[in-house]
Amino acid sequence: MLKYCIKRLLLSILILLGVSLILYVLVSFMPVDYFEDQIRNSLGGAVENNEAEVQAKLDSIKAYYGLDSNVFKGYFNWLSRLCKGDLGNSFVEKQPVEDVIFRDMGVSFGISLVALILELLIAIPLGIKCACNQYGKLDYFVTVLTMIGISFPTFFLGGIVKKVFATDLGWFEPIGLKSSLPMNATDWERFADMLWHLVLPMFVLVVLSIGGWMRYTRTNTLEVLNADYIRTARAKGLSEKSVVYKHVFRNTLIPLVTMLAGTLPSLFGGAMITETVFDLPGIGNTAWKLMQAGDIPFIMGYNMFIAVLTIIGILLTDIMYAVVDPRVKLR
Amino acid sequence: MKDEKKENVVEELPVNANEKTEDLHGENLGDRVRVLSPGMMVAKRFFRSKLSIIGLLMLVILFVASFVGPIFSKWSSNGKPVRDETSIPTATPYKIEYTIDGKTYYAYDIFVSENPAYNAYGDIDSNHLLGTDQWGYDIFTNLLIGGRISLTIGFVVIILETIIGVILGGLAGYFGGWVDNLIMRIVDILSCIPTLPIMLILSATLTANGIEDIRRLYFLMIILTLFGWVGTARLVRGQILSLREQEFMLAAKCSGLSTYRKIFKHLLPNVMPQLIVSMTMGLGSIILMEATLGYLNLGAPLDTPTWGSMINTASNPIFLDLYPHFWVPPGICITLAILAFNFVGDGLRDAFDPKMKR
Repeated sequence: MLKYCIKRLLLSILILLGVSLILYVLVSFMPVDYFEDQIRNSLGGAVENNEAEVQAKLDSIKAYYGLDSNVFKGYFNWLSRLCKGDLGNSFVEKQPVEDVIFRDMGVSFGISLVALILELLIAIPLGIKCACNQYGKLDYFVTVLTMIGISFPTFFLGGIVKKVFATDLGWFEPIGLKSSLPMNATDWERFADMLWHLVLPMFVLVVLSIGGWMRYTRTNTLEVLNADYIRTARAKGLSEKSVVYKHVFRNTLIPLVTMLAGTLPSLFGGAMITETVFDLPGIGNTAWKLMQAGDIPFIMGYNMFIAVLTIIGILLTDIMYAVVDPRVKLR
Repeated sequence: MKDEKKENVVEELPVNANEKTEDLHGENLGDRVRVLSPGMMVAKRFFRSKLSIIGLLMLVILFVASFVGPIFSKWSSNGKPVRDETSIPTATPYKIEYTIDGKTYYAYDIFVSENPAYNAYGDIDSNHLLGTDQWGYDIFTNLLIGGRISLTIGFVVIILETIIGVILGGLAGYFGGWVDNLIMRIVDILSCIPTLPIMLILSATLTANGIEDIRRLYFLMIILTLFGWVGTARLVRGQILSLREQEFMLAAKCSGLSTYRKIFKHLLPNVMPQLIVSMTMGLGSIILMEATLGYLNLGAPLDTPTWGSMINTASNPIFLDLYPHFWVPPGICITLAILAFNFVGDGLRDAFDPKMKR
């Protein structure tokens, strides 16, 4: 087990190196004008006076990131700084990249976590119920609804929900996380206000991903229901309730737990489109803005962050599989 | 099990055991028994599911509407949308206020503007079934024409992805060893790169390099294939790893078949069912990708009608609130297309795999 983990970790480092190289090469295709604009913007007002300063800064950035001549030199520069734990300063936010990521990650994590819990709470019972009454009316109905949920593009569902419930009916807030509250508003009021803003995004997130979980639960339950030990349980004379809720339920959870580990990137990495649609101050929204602005340190930092999360997610999935199911042996 | 047997032999005419072959009047015994080929069995199971028929019908309607529909529309010529040039003069009354000798007078006048010189933001009427957009194009016709690109672009991507995925996944699974290691590490690396951010970066790069017309979408789709083949490769490799240990492969080896023949004639046909299912599902996800790129204004330019570029209007709060007929129809089309591909894919999966019903 330990040997396996070490082997996988070493392999992960190799994969991350490959990912970072590809990302860096892709980023370096961005034309230099883009950065010139960024530097001019960052220096602000009196640009005409310090043309020399702009040029000097541009040259240093070009040389540092290897934009004009040698991409690989730039890559190794970036890599050696990374090894010292320095991701560089974001051009736009003028803060260290890791600060930007951790600043906005909280909101995204909170939203995704609550959405995930809601999804599981609805999807697992429904999935089991459908599997127990396979080809029943409920099964058909839920399957079709799930399919529709999977097929909805995020922004389209978000747009409809925003138009109907926020603009037309005025029940919820269309964008943002906070509305202007009086200065003396209590913490509780502020929290309630935030929750109010989160109803629509949460709804969209849950509707869109609940289908996947439900189908997965249903398929697994069907598989478990056909297993020999369930027949034994029934033969033993256990009640159907006890068979389903004790024997089937537990075994259905095995693949679900492993799949849970795979949601790691989406938990911390933010839901880019949902956050953009509802203009939530999460990491996905920030990433979308900064990436459009051609913010190299941030692009590299954020994408590496996602890649690391993905790798940890895959690793956790494999390890969890061995942990929850003693039949599986890792080699 | 009983059902399975019935499927194999549909019609069994009574054959008298005493009858000799000559008595069949030159007929073979086999002609009297209609045996279904595996393909026919799959088709039979596929068409038995209501959802797959609905999905197939939806696809046929969408395709026919996009490819035939624009011909009959008066707002398109040669597959290009035609602007409604009827200028609608707007008469705006306004008040003039002037003062003579300390007394204030009011007068009313009408300002007649000929602008815009085309029928923009047109209402829904018999002339324009879904109104006109901000440039005076008929939205319904745009929807039909847009379907051409949105529906077909997926096929190109999926076919390319499958070719690359099958070749590399097949090599990895068949040869194993260092070939497998190398290819699978590349697969690992590529699958750790987040797709949407990459599309964002590349789209910005393409724009800054002056590629802003429909070619930008094509470039992005090509790049999508470069990252998208990994799923297919994984699937093919996994299948081939288990298939190559089976007896029929031993038989193939004993008959001295060439490697090429073993891979393409004996292994790949066995992977086909899973491949076809994943391709069908993949088509839906490419349509979604095109739409997402369009929504983020990274795909086709806004004045080229595709479903993606049309739904971009939903990202503008003014259009979102005031002109739902701009973005709801393309959204419905996108959802329907994805839904149809999912239904068909799901139906195919069940049809190919009799053990996994639905």
